Amino acid sequence: MPTPNTPLWEVFIRSRNGLSHRHAGSLHAADSTLALQAARDLYTRRGEGLSLWVVPSSAIVASDPQDKGMMFEPTASKIYRHPTFYEIPDEVGHM
Amino acid sequence: MSAALIVEAPTSALARYALRRADDALILGHRLSEWSAMAPTLEEEMALSNMALDLIGQSRSLYSYAGEVEGKGQKEDDFAYMRRERDYQNILLVERPNGDFAQTMLRQFFFAAFAYPYWLAMMRSTDATLAAIAAKSEKEIAYHLRHSSEWLLRLGDGTEESHRRLAEALVELWPYTGELFAVLPDETALIQSGVAVDPDSLRGEWEGSVREVLERATLAMPSGGWMHQGGREGRHSEHLGHLFAELQYVPRMIPGAEW
Repeated sequence: MPTPNTPLWEVFIRSRNGLSHRHAGSLHAADSTLALQAARDLYTRRGEGLSLWVVPSSAIVASDPQDKGMMFEPTASKIYRHPTFYEIPDEVGHM
Repeated sequence: MSAALIVEAPTSALARYALRRADDALILGHRLSEWSAMAPTLEEEMALSNMALDLIGQSRSLYSYAGEVEGKGQKEDDFAYMRRERDYQNILLVERPNGDFAQTMLRQFFFAAFAYPYWLAMMRSTDATLAAIAAKSEKEIAYHLRHSSEWLLRLGDGTEESHRRLAEALVELWPYTGELFAVLPDETALIQSGVAVDPDSLRGEWEGSVREVLERATLAMPSGGWMHQGGREGRHSEHLGHLFAELQYVPRMIPGAEW
């Protein structure tokens, strides 16, 4: 229940060593300690994680949907940025 | 398939010992599950359910082991659902009604502040199965202790109303904490042989954690006073029967039901 006493937090989980934290969802909590505990209780019940971050949602600066033309469309014509034009030897494994 | 409608209490001292710890975990776990769909927030709903499932899981391991030790074919469900009220030997603290959130959290805290050092010590039990159950339970209870402690700090040092509610819970529940340290006559041999832990050896640590958290929560630690006893001998409060009405309903209506 969103109230001024329990602001919104974003939850990030790292599932394995070597991987990066990924956004898992959000929750309401009164402070950072309870936010971390709630993140554990809500998002790691099935062995999803080895490390948790919680970040106040208000600390996130988001792009404006109206800017999406300027922000993202120019990349559509630059397919040469995708590394798909050369063969990766099998020995390299998963990159 | 039919099952016995009444399962008698085991005769082996070890089975009875395991059963008492299982009863504590089952009844407290069931109490926490009563918060489902009624918790103050969705986040706390999940926290309470998680703790309930930890405790019910612990009770399953202990009931199964009691059945194995007794060797008369009793399964975990027989002990959990098919005994008479007087054959349950949980401490009275865990059958206290949920009350408000402060009462539930304080009950959890009192229990976890004992169970955490208890399971840590039981990891050195000379009984390999109890030591293995202890190793799993210790980690679960460590979280219950942390979660309930954090809530006590926020309730006690929170608003006027949250402080009042926690102070009332303390008056209500403190007299039920003495039974955490009860030892029954058939347990002394188990303690001497290193199978069980002498709860009195955990008293210092329990009092230390309780004093520290209560003081940080701006509440005074009560000292001694008259304590309720009886749960360990099967003399329960009027609340346990009502709990069984829910807990035992399905297995008694449809004996042997599986899903």
